[in-house]
Amino acid sequence: MALRTSSDVGGMGHSIKRKEDPRFIRGKGTYVDDLQLPGMLYLDIVRSPYAHAKIKKIDTAKALAVPGVLAVITGQDLAKYNLHWMPTLMSDTQMVLPVEKVMYQAQEVAAVLATSRYAAADGMAAVEVQYEPLPVVVDPRKALEPGAPVLRTDKKDKKDNHIWHWEWGDRAATDRAFAAADVTVKQDIYIPRIHVASIETCGCIAHFDKVNEKLTVWMTTQAPHAIRTVFALVAGHVGLAEHKIRIISPDIGGGFGGKVPVYPGYVIAVAASVLTGKPVKWIEDRMENLQADSFARDYHITAELAAKKDGTLTALRIKTLADHGYADAAANPSKFPAGLFHVCTGSYDLKAAHVEVDGVYTNKPPGGIAYRCSFRVTEAVHTIERMVDLMAHQLGVDAADFRMKNFIRPEQFPYKSALGWEYDSGNYAGALQLAMKRIGYAELRREQAEKRKRGELMGIGISSFTEIVGAGPSKHFDILGLKMFDSCEIRIHPTGKAIARFGTKSQGQGHETTYAQILAEELGIPAKDIQIEEGDTDTAPYGLGTYASRSTPVAGAAAAMAARKIQDKARKIAAHLLEAAPDDLVWEPGKFSVKGAADRFKTIQDIAFAAYTNHPQGMEAGLEAVSYYDPPNLTYPFGSYICVVDIDKGTGEVKVRRFVAVDDCGNIINPMIVDGQIHGGLTMGFAPALMEEISYDEIGNIQGGSFIDYLLPTAVETPKWETDKTCTPSPHHPLGAKGVGESATVGAPAAIANAVVDALWHLGVRHVDIPITPPKVWKLLREKGVTE
Amino acid sequence: MQVKLSINGEKHEADVEPRLLLVHLIREVLRLTGTHIGCDTTHCGACTVLMDGRPVKSCTVFAVQASGREIMTVEGLEQDGKLHPLQEGFMAEHGLQCGYCTPGMLMTSYAFLKKHPAPSEDDIRWAISGNLCRCTGYVNIVKAVQYAAAKLQQGGA
Repeated sequence: MALRTSSDVGGMGHSIKRKEDPRFIRGKGTYVDDLQLPGMLYLDIVRSPYAHAKIKKIDTAKALAVPGVLAVITGQDLAKYNLHWMPTLMSDTQMVLPVEKVMYQAQEVAAVLATSRYAAADGMAAVEVQYEPLPVVVDPRKALEPGAPVLRTDKKDKKDNHIWHWEWGDRAATDRAFAAADVTVKQDIYIPRIHVASIETCGCIAHFDKVNEKLTVWMTTQAPHAIRTVFALVAGHVGLAEHKIRIISPDIGGGFGGKVPVYPGYVIAVAASVLTGKPVKWIEDRMENLQADSFARDYHITAELAAKKDGTLTALRIKTLADHGYADAAANPSKFPAGLFHVCTGSYDLKAAHVEVDGVYTNKPPGGIAYRCSFRVTEAVHTIERMVDLMAHQLGVDAADFRMKNFIRPEQFPYKSALGWEYDSGNYAGALQLAMKRIGYAELRREQAEKRKRGELMGIGISSFTEIVGAGPSKHFDILGLKMFDSCEIRIHPTGKAIARFGTKSQGQGHETTYAQILAEELGIPAKDIQIEEGDTDTAPYGLGTYASRSTPVAGAAAAMAARKIQDKARKIAAHLLEAAPDDLVWEPGKFSVKGAADRFKTIQDIAFAAYTNHPQGMEAGLEAVSYYDPPNLTYPFGSYICVVDIDKGTGEVKVRRFVAVDDCGNIINPMIVDGQIHGGLTMGFAPALMEEISYDEIGNIQGGSFIDYLLPTAVETPKWETDKTCTPSPHHPLGAKGVGESATVGAPAAIANAVVDALWHLGVRHVDIPITPPKVWKLLREKGVTE
Repeated sequence: MQVKLSINGEKHEADVEPRLLLVHLIREVLRLTGTHIGCDTTHCGACTVLMDGRPVKSCTVFAVQASGREIMTVEGLEQDGKLHPLQEGFMAEHGLQCGYCTPGMLMTSYAFLKKHPAPSEDDIRWAISGNLCRCTGYVNIVKAVQYAAAKLQQGGA
């Protein structure tokens, strides 16, 4: 994309430095835990050691005797206000604090309110709870067996642990295609439970001002406006009206989806503040964060892929068990229970597909969330990319050639997938060709063949993913009925500077910079002269927040549309000032000039001043606009990743030697920030592929509940990423942009898994579930008779 | 217990519980909130500060252990309105996103460059491996440290 503005203006395409950095590099950010209010109380939470147990007694006497402890809040206390249960975003219910039983290890049991952080922790340790353990259901397959203990005994008519069945696509056509296929492959794929583990955990300060009857909550939320409405709907009966609720998201230390849900701790803090009239702070520690906050994934998939013998793919069939824990508390803003999983036909021109998903209750934390992707897109991409690779290997065709043959071709866009999505634009072959060139694909294949002769294990894996982001068109997307538009409000000041506010909330993505660049592009006002604000529901226009890579596709579009309204008014003012007809003026970023008389012009700054000092008669003063943008379609970023691994036969360690990522996110606002998003996304794709997993033993004890055993990659394990781009603009987005924050997380795991299987295929290995840890590979190698 | 220590060159005294963690003294008593808490178990490094020039994770140091010591936090990097080359580097190379791990990364890197003024990329990766970042994939943090190393070599600070 050609630059339309100078570097001083800093519109789209300029790698301008971030406006948020000066405070962060000085330690002057303001995260929730940095705030201290006068008279503030602290909350700590008692959690269950059992995965399933009746609560027989909660004895608070010793806790209340701890100096500084003011109260112990139990489910019985909240039940008086009917706040012991709350609705989830999926119209299920989950406990705030239990009255009868606990359903997972680390579930909230009671909360201690005290005058200091340390006193609250002392009180928490002194609460005595008597439990009666109940049978635990960990495996979702066993949860569905007849005679399995029914977990949701709170639901009167519930006789099993099945939550919902959902299916999509043409079953009959898919079955016919499979019957007619020359070749089919079938594979069980487990995509394990993982956790986003943002470095800042979750927390809040709730402050109910009894005089003004106003509740202010500073909280780690990616969706402040939706939270305000949820609070008003859930707690309306105790007097919290929406105009008396203010949610403030200050600086957020990473979100990745984990800061979308409403966790019990927030609700308890609000209740405690409403009852005491004092500010109440709740900050979870890392173990609480990993053990109790919403998980991601946990999909047990069986996939089948059909092809003709010439290698043309024909059909895809998928059955899945979705382990939701004890409540379906998914942060899924779509109308589909399995989110966008049915984008699983991926980048390939498949004519038939059918998907079935069944949601299941188990004794695990409720969820899930998306771990830096649109809901269930990584699961979809991992499945199709593994299956395509499996088919290529089965047919003895090179994995790159096989993809090239089956890609949706550029001229097929807009492309209607077999499962009903309309892909906006793409050039999949272009991205794969560039990735192959960058990594030297042919040479690597030669090297692999030589190494195989010597018994060395080297693999090359490809992932040619298609993402689906930017929720979204309101016909498919809402949160509790709230349509998934987003918003921008711009005010141009008389001196030509501006402020713009949005319904989204950055958690590190750099919105203060990129939104200013969009407005600089559209209005010609230098980005440095534009203040961006988000995250305060008292000042920002209503919006649904930041997740699912929706900020650029939705709020970014709203910025462009609002700016164009301003440009329309500016044209009329310029015409008045220049004594010309509006249609005779030519716009270039920053000024209107008279057609054919370039020296007769007015800058946007001249026009802004006139809007307040010399506006035409009959026109309202001021220069401002609001846009609520409901996108006509989602956007479909894509890319091709190629990964080279070497496997240590002695230890089973998989070493990523090279990883080339070619991304296409359409037109780019700030190349520096886009690269940063891709580096981070790749690392959050690498992590679950090789390191991260939360699992449970047979009685529901969590494995991976602290940073001791939930392994985040450090700088040492993280590969040295190599990135490149192609550019295929979105035809329906006003800026041609698509969103990029999650592409790499979605696309990377399959490239790594495919590389590992590629290295081991000749030994008879057909699949390895992620995370591909050294013990897993070591065991596999020994099973295949490979020794050091 | 009485604690006397110097933070960023300024003398402080406080009467604290023996169990008070250094990070809580810094953040909640002295209100220097640039030092963050990410895990409470010495893994993530968001709370890294320098104690007598050595990086320590202040979530597992008692405040009383810091008595009589010189502590340096992120707030001490900028001198007389001039950013430290590491701060410049993090901004120039886009070495931060959400900013939460940044103060810890800066302090670890500061101590590292004092001892290793001309490090290789792998040296830098090992040096910051006690500090977790979830946003950047470390690529640009490494570049930021290289930027600072080059500038310090030229006598930039």
